[in-house]
Amino acid sequence: MNEITPIHPIGAYVPMVDGPEKVSGRAKYTADFIQPGALAGRIYRSPYAHAEIIEVDISQAAKVPGVAAIVTGADCDKTFGVLPIARSEHPLARDKVRYRGEPVAAVAAVDAETAEKAVRLIKMKVRELPAYFTAKEALAPHAVLLHEKKPGNIEREVDFELGSVADGLASADLVREATYNCAEVCQNQMEMHAALADYDAVRDRITVHASTQVPYYVHLMLAQILDMDMSRIRVVKPFVGGGFGCRTECLNIELITALLARKAGGAVRTVISREETFITHRGRPETDIRMKIGMRKDGRITAVECECIQRGGAHSGYGVVTILYSGSMLYAIYDLHNVKYVGKRVLTNTPPCGAFRGHGTVDVRFAFESLLDEMAGELGIDPFAVRRANYLTAPTFTDNDLMVNSYGLPECIDWVEKESGWQARKGKLGPVDGKRKGLGFACSHYISGASKPVNWTGEPHATVKLKLDFDGSIVVLTGAADIGQGSSTILVQAVAEVLGLDISRVRIVSGDSDVVPKDNGSYSSRVTFIVGNAAIDAANKLKNMLIAAAARRLEAEPGDIECLGETYRAGAQDKGLTFEEVVGEALKDGGTITVTGTYSTIPESHGGKKYRGSAIGGTMGYSYSAQVVEVSVDEETGVVTVDKVWVAHDCGKALNRLTVEGQVQGSVWMGMGQAMSEEAAYHDGLLVTANMLDYRVPTIEDSPPIAVGIVESNDPHGPFGAKEAGEGSLAAFLPALTNAIADATGGLRFNDLPVTPDRVFAAIDKRQRAQARGKSGGGA
Amino acid sequence: MARILEFILNGRKRLDAVPDNRLLLDYLRETVGLTGTKTGCDGGECGACTVLVDDQPTLSCLTLAASVAGKRVDTVESLGANGALSAVQQGFHEKLGSQCGYCTPGFIMASAGLLRKNPKPSEEEIRSALGSNICRCTGYVKIIEAVQHAAKLYAAGEARP
Repeated sequence: MNEITPIHPIGAYVPMVDGPEKVSGRAKYTADFIQPGALAGRIYRSPYAHAEIIEVDISQAAKVPGVAAIVTGADCDKTFGVLPIARSEHPLARDKVRYRGEPVAAVAAVDAETAEKAVRLIKMKVRELPAYFTAKEALAPHAVLLHEKKPGNIEREVDFELGSVADGLASADLVREATYNCAEVCQNQMEMHAALADYDAVRDRITVHASTQVPYYVHLMLAQILDMDMSRIRVVKPFVGGGFGCRTECLNIELITALLARKAGGAVRTVISREETFITHRGRPETDIRMKIGMRKDGRITAVECECIQRGGAHSGYGVVTILYSGSMLYAIYDLHNVKYVGKRVLTNTPPCGAFRGHGTVDVRFAFESLLDEMAGELGIDPFAVRRANYLTAPTFTDNDLMVNSYGLPECIDWVEKESGWQARKGKLGPVDGKRKGLGFACSHYISGASKPVNWTGEPHATVKLKLDFDGSIVVLTGAADIGQGSSTILVQAVAEVLGLDISRVRIVSGDSDVVPKDNGSYSSRVTFIVGNAAIDAANKLKNMLIAAAARRLEAEPGDIECLGETYRAGAQDKGLTFEEVVGEALKDGGTITVTGTYSTIPESHGGKKYRGSAIGGTMGYSYSAQVVEVSVDEETGVVTVDKVWVAHDCGKALNRLTVEGQVQGSVWMGMGQAMSEEAAYHDGLLVTANMLDYRVPTIEDSPPIAVGIVESNDPHGPFGAKEAGEGSLAAFLPALTNAIADATGGLRFNDLPVTPDRVFAAIDKRQRAQARGKSGGGA
Repeated sequence: MARILEFILNGRKRLDAVPDNRLLLDYLRETVGLTGTKTGCDGGECGACTVLVDDQPTLSCLTLAASVAGKRVDTVESLGANGALSAVQQGFHEKLGSQCGYCTPGFIMASAGLLRKNPKPSEEEIRSALGSNICRCTGYVKIIEAVQHAAKLYAAGEARP
């Protein structure tokens, strides 16, 4: 017997395939393409929050020596936007400006200083309009409309009731209602937005390098805005320094840079500042939530009523989808019936919000899990027991027709309960160094890719090509955008696994529309599941061709061929063929081999038709997460320290344990930033936190150890059983934190985020004063 | 005004005319073409542009190029020998201290600066040395593990920091 073991890259700790480039400084991001002769692009932005444009005067700017081109709204009357039903944005404002910082004009010049100088000479004449910086102001009767076709300044209203909330509440032992406010937050990815557009005037073609998560959407919007045939456009996505959702739609910088390049007849490189990157925005909207839950004594939830208002900013962006997610994703984590949801997405004179990690689910989950915890306390039940009383049983469909095939939430909950020592430690953590300690617990979930793509074309959801040539190397060609989450690594692993090869035999080319098949992009945690399945399909097709070739050479039946990675043989006694020999044989038919793998979601996963927009929330697989957070609260200063986090994430199957851990830790930590310190604040519509000091991201000195438990529920449709790992753990941190603070402080609840030291101190102070008054017998 | 700048960049002598107001960051990226050093903010907020000046971690976005005359400047491109990864680079690669990679050169140079001075740092010392670098991907857990791993590799004599 000849023992040969094929290699199994799946399930191992695999460092990223593009790691050496990143740690050596060789990885090139869009701003790193500094090509001689390229012009520098700079943008003139509106100083007004809401105004009719009377004139944009570029005459002085045009006279500056070294200015090659200036574009304004007059250069483009087309609109763009990620949702085909909501394309309200001009790359450069026409007729009206709707937020401070909205692009109005742009300059391409020989260098950045010259472009900057010209931008300072651009003048704007306007008639100012009333501006609304909160949802409440914009919703007020008689408020001036931001967009003519959006009465009441409402982008989208959602209203559904499935089951009967009245009946559900009537059968509850306890009904509680609370309101929550979550501040607007920004992705603040480390790479500032950049674009390089190179227009070839001889051939009327354009190449655009963009720091994007969605090269295909950028391609579509370039065609629309430039009014150019798509075949004349090439989009390249180099290394991307994070996205977290703000790059899941084409941004104005890409379009403006392309308009400049065409007008100047050459190459223009635009790198915007951190402040401008903040203003480009697409973050998570400020959200007001009213949550009402009915519960029986045993913790069973009988009814849920949720009202959600989002301050969406001045344009649609993903807004319609966000407000729908906030409602549909009440489901698919617990067994809920009798649910009513009213959502309002409001247009305001602030920069447009978008699809931030955990899209639409995070703030509502915060409210839900906070209220659950509060009610559990009131009923005297353990918060773990409340969740356990409401488990789904997979496979199932929820009342809003979401398909749940795998459900690892119970194992996640068990893991964090045990690892955190919850039962032994809860309520017994005495003060340490004068600080009060507490433990909090909460859960969350997320989709593994939206089942219906934004642009419905009838094509498969994903297409991956593999190329095998004379040298025996396999090249994966994919449009999937690696933005640091490690999608390239996962696709290489998937192909290598199917073929039983070491990952070093597999290379990947991604993100150049001239070379790779189209991909919808990296958003809604779709790549591992959807593109991963396409990669497996392609690898299986390739494997079958290699088996057929080996059979021919060995004069055996394909069914008798064993594929052992580097060896193909007909039976254990056969010496077999090397991989190179099999490849040589396989190429004899038609030379270089390319195979195409595809994947499409199944109709059952597309959500239902019970209300308008109910497809949003549909996915092939939901991930689940449970978290325990341990905090110390300094009652003298209001400072909360997170001492440790235990998180368990059901990712179906960890295709790469190292990157799953990294994604889960990163999600938890990003939730911590939102919960504790991050807030986009405005003064008269001016984003005053548009830098990394005022927009306070936790540093390494503020950040806790995060222990990760991986739960593998083996989804029947997932690639090797996998589901998403990069978003689902964010949301649970927020309520787990406030639940822990309530535990530490003897019941102080923080329903407004972020929970800053100021807010904690004020609440403690207020309580102490009330107690002091109580002791002194009341009185004035 | 411009002046002649003479200094040692990544072990090699360099001679350039630079404007007085040229930032070291822009000089490295645009004049020399070493784009490993990154711009992550509008000045002094994020640490992505950290380089070593005479072994001291320094924000190149707050440093005038002219001020490094006669000094030694090391960027991420200087690390490693004969193309191999240095201990810190290996640590960040193997332990996933780098996800999107954009903050990575800054973290790596700050870590290299730490290990050159203090080859066996405690966790607290690591946190303190990297306190002015922001990463938005990792939550820092694996960055700490990366530096600890690098310190082990360095101690074992397997690589220089």
